[in-house]
Amino acid sequence: MPFHSLGEIEKHSREEGKSFFEVILEDDINERKTTREESLNRMHTMWAAMLEAANSYDPELKSNSGLVGKNGAKMDEYQKKGKTLCGDFVSQVITQALQMGESNACMKRIVAAPTAGACGVLPAVLIPYYKRYQETSDAIVEALYVAAGIGQVIASRAFIAGAAGGCQAEIGSASAMAAGALCALRGGDTRQIISACGMALKNLLGLVCDPVAGLVEVPCVKRNVIGAMNALSCADMALAGIESAIPSDQVIDAMREVGEKMDVSLRETGMGGLAATPAGQEITKNLKSRKF
Amino acid sequence: MNIFDILGPIMVGPSSSHTAGAVKIGKVARMLLGAEPKHAWITLHGSFAATGAGHGTDKALIAGLLGMNPDDMRIPDSELIAEQQGLEYCFQTKYIRGAHPNTAVIRVDDGMGKEVNMQASSIGGGRIRVNGIDGIHVDFSAESPTLIVNNEDRPGHVAAVTSILAEADINIATLTLNRGKRGGKAIFVTETDLDIPSFVVEKISRIPGVLKVTYLNA
Ligand code: SF4
Repeated sequence: MPFHSLGEIEKHSREEGKSFFEVILEDDINERKTTREESLNRMHTMWAAMLEAANSYDPELKSNSGLVGKNGAKMDEYQKKGKTLCGDFVSQVITQALQMGESNACMKRIVAAPTAGACGVLPAVLIPYYKRYQETSDAIVEALYVAAGIGQVIASRAFIAGAAGGCQAEIGSASAMAAGALCALRGGDTRQIISACGMALKNLLGLVCDPVAGLVEVPCVKRNVIGAMNALSCADMALAGIESAIPSDQVIDAMREVGEKMDVSLRETGMGGLAATPAGQEITKNLKSRKF
Repeated sequence: MNIFDILGPIMVGPSSSHTAGAVKIGKVARMLLGAEPKHAWITLHGSFAATGAGHGTDKALIAGLLGMNPDDMRIPDSELIAEQQGLEYCFQTKYIRGAHPNTAVIRVDDGMGKEVNMQASSIGGGRIRVNGIDGIHVDFSAESPTLIVNNEDRPGHVAAVTSILAEADINIATLTLNRGKRGGKAIFVTETDLDIPSFVVEKISRIPGVLKVTYLNA
């Protein structure tokens, strides 16, 4: 059975003296009745697909609607001038988040994590980290198990789809997963991983899903950036020993409550929020004239 | 949900429901036809109709009809590939009462007498439900091995099919009998845990009154 709470994962980890990664890997082996080798190989495939997706970014490409594209290239250029406020590493994270989000919108091949709309968050933190710290792919794969384990608990206690719980459920969950993964990569223990995850989710609580014209483009691409940045800061806070005042499982429950209370116009219907602004409506109207 | 439902699938963007699911719908229509498709008439309903163009739902459905999977990098070029392979198609949008917001109806033929009409919905996360075949209501996911038996609506067919499966030691996961008008045609759908060997499919197709047997195994 997949875990229904982060508390259970912590308990296993503590009682059996295993890392967060080991607990999730073992659970997957039991759950899918597979071998350690098969599971690890499959996760390596996911990582390879993320890297491949990053490499296949096309700086010239625009989406079908023409709404997004090319900004990842702009950010890359700007960052290479060395004058960013955020510094090299964080600017690379921003660049990667934009590029992956744009690739998704432009019908490139990506890895949904946990959804296609939020596919940029995890690679945005993991790929620059992998390059800068010359991390092994084994270590990254271990971190991906941590991310997946967190996502599983969120999916089981709340939701991971914008249509169900707003963007907090997509970008918020992706950010919580990425925060946990980063924390694990930096040697954080299970408690710290769980704190990082809780803080990340808390920070994006209430975020609505309001895509213009119903397309996974505006504001989705740029929201991948906030998901990634938030993950970085929460991982650092957790590693500094800061804890979430509200236990992470309860944060997830709050996310569910907030999502359930969210008006349907703010849950991927393209009828509220940014989608309902005059500019958003104008874009929608223009796209509608290009029908089948 | 297992961890690879969370991290994954590997897919062509932008949307698991409007793109990945649409590829699957096209692919299942192709499998139901059981031949190389030549003409396709595609009807889009609800959100598929409203936002399909921006999500590449049209390209995705055609890619599926051409036999591609949701991670095939050629999906964005499917219209061109269709032209090269001689698949003609047209799209229309229509409101279908009671249908799921992401629904497509595909009528497809092979230009040589075979034809199938399928209605299916993309229900999120790239998963689909097939909800109609040739005007008869059905409901299956096409994720596990699925046997679809078109037959004359007469007693005894279900028993005949299940006994053949039992003989072959194949465990039935779900089983539904769906009929058109009484005494007319019926469709019998069964999902199984294990792969069904071709000789078993063959045996079922020889039952008197069975008109067509399609076996889907993605
Ligand atoms: S706004 Fe909605 S569609 Fe866009 S990323 Fe957020 S949850 Fe996904």
